[in-house]
Amino acid sequence: MSKVLHLEDHHVASELAPQAPVSETGARRMTVNMGPQHPSTHGVLRIVIDLEGETIVRAEPDIGYLHTGIEKECEEKTWQQVVTLTDRVDYLANLSNNLVYALAVEKLLQIEIPERAQWLRVMMTELSRLNSHLVWFGTHALDIGAMTVFFYCFREREEILKILEMFSGQRMMTSYIRIGGCALDAPRGWEKVVRKFIDGFPSKIDEYEGLLETNPIWLKRTKGVGFVPLDLMLEWGITGPMLRAAGLAMDARKNTPYSSYEKFDFKVPTRTENDVYSRYRVRLDEMRESTKIIKQALEGMPSGRFQAEAPHVVLPDREKMKTQMEALIYHFKIVTEGFRVPVGEVYQVVESPRGEIGYYIVSDGTAKPYRIHMRTPSFANIQGLPKMIEGCLIADTIAALGSMDFVLGDTDR
Amino acid sequence: MLPEALKQYPAAAALAAKADSSITGGKFEFKELTIDVDAAQIIAVLKTLRNDLGWNRLSSVTCVDWHPKQTGRFEIVYHLQNTSTWERIRIKAALDGGSPEQLPEIDSATAVWAGANWFEREIYDMFGVVFRNHPDLKRILMPIDWVGHPLRKDYPVHGYKYSYKSE
Repeated sequence: MSKVLHLEDHHVASELAPQAPVSETGARRMTVNMGPQHPSTHGVLRIVIDLEGETIVRAEPDIGYLHTGIEKECEEKTWQQVVTLTDRVDYLANLSNNLVYALAVEKLLQIEIPERAQWLRVMMTELSRLNSHLVWFGTHALDIGAMTVFFYCFREREEILKILEMFSGQRMMTSYIRIGGCALDAPRGWEKVVRKFIDGFPSKIDEYEGLLETNPIWLKRTKGVGFVPLDLMLEWGITGPMLRAAGLAMDARKNTPYSSYEKFDFKVPTRTENDVYSRYRVRLDEMRESTKIIKQALEGMPSGRFQAEAPHVVLPDREKMKTQMEALIYHFKIVTEGFRVPVGEVYQVVESPRGEIGYYIVSDGTAKPYRIHMRTPSFANIQGLPKMIEGCLIADTIAALGSMDFVLGDTDR
Repeated sequence: MLPEALKQYPAAAALAAKADSSITGGKFEFKELTIDVDAAQIIAVLKTLRNDLGWNRLSSVTCVDWHPKQTGRFEIVYHLQNTSTWERIRIKAALDGGSPEQLPEIDSATAVWAGANWFEREIYDMFGVVFRNHPDLKRILMPIDWVGHPLRKDYPVHGYKYSYKSE
């Protein structure tokens, strides 16, 4: 057995446990472990919190409980197989992860994606953004104590999952966006189903708003809670609705458009209060904007191919495979050994429901990726968590955590 | 020295005007600008980029392992963004492979962006690159008592511990 990496790991701190409690004010300081199985983290996150009375004086997130080595595994798969792994990074924004990976590899391959495929991608990612925001909204309200919202949100989420299933055959791990286009063309009758959902959805958003907007407990628990100054957010790499609720209109869909987002008419909602309440408002407005985008995609969906004309990358039709020699050879080559991607490195960014996803991909010219680094929004956002909750009351931690909308699988990869 | 071909790009030229001696190379590929800098000068370069040239946001820090190359084995990659023009730039610094006793070292970018903290901890955890002056350098994703650095190219995918091949 190789001995290359049996290193003496002297740089590792002996343990993560906090220092012995010392207090300047003389108050008794207590260390509390929140998690790793606390229900409000919706995953496996441990936060070591030092308390003085009910005030948090120090907080330290401890992550890694869901680390599955996805980046390492990517290096052992062919380029197209990696798509299924990107699904599993973030179970609520799997289409955003598919999309950023596909865009990055297509940039390396320099293949042109047909307009229909681009529009299908936009429509599907926006549907999954609605899905993600609905799950966030339901669970966030549940954490704060408003139970009903959860049932309403999951009612609509079910409709979205049915649409995703109709398009891709899967409810959650869709792998719908592939290198070179989409997995399948839109199914027969899709317009009717999507239109029915999207026509009814704006009134549903109003309904959610009605549930909470005049609820005094909700307002008391969210307004003015979880404040972080904008410059600290930029310093710590926080992105997404959190940053937009602080007043900076940073949205990759608008600033650096990809997949023909520049052809859609939508606004980037921002607020300036920078608290839990304004983050909720920003996400609600984003749902309205996403609805608009889906509607435009539905009405203007171009005809044409749903996959690029790139026989060395995209699998041929079943019909052609049975009649044409070249198609059969390409099929055999792609399935058995995958396709080669030119040497190079790219950094592709898309806007996921949680913020900026950036994939840094290095190719050495073989049929497998040399290195894939996933800059996931939850990872950078949780890093800024102590800045948000230090100095707050412990009960506000739940509201502040919820307003970040992280997915722990996305954090740990 | 900035390569001649990159002088047409304003971002590259502006950095060269401030810190030409730290630049060791660069390229413009797939519409993305990459500048290689001397690892010993990395903090000075990042400070110049942030304070004088408007690259005010650190998007990510990561590492690439070019095993079995020993000279310049590890490439530390910084992705910066300018939040007024939304442009991006990639800065790379190469480090030699080091040895199990002497891990490769580079200065920590936390001196410039506090948010580099976890990204550098992740690199330390996964690649075994030590960041000097890092406030809290310890493993982040792997268990604290883990041995080895899993994303190195000479680390087997199945790990050492549970290898069925060696039986």
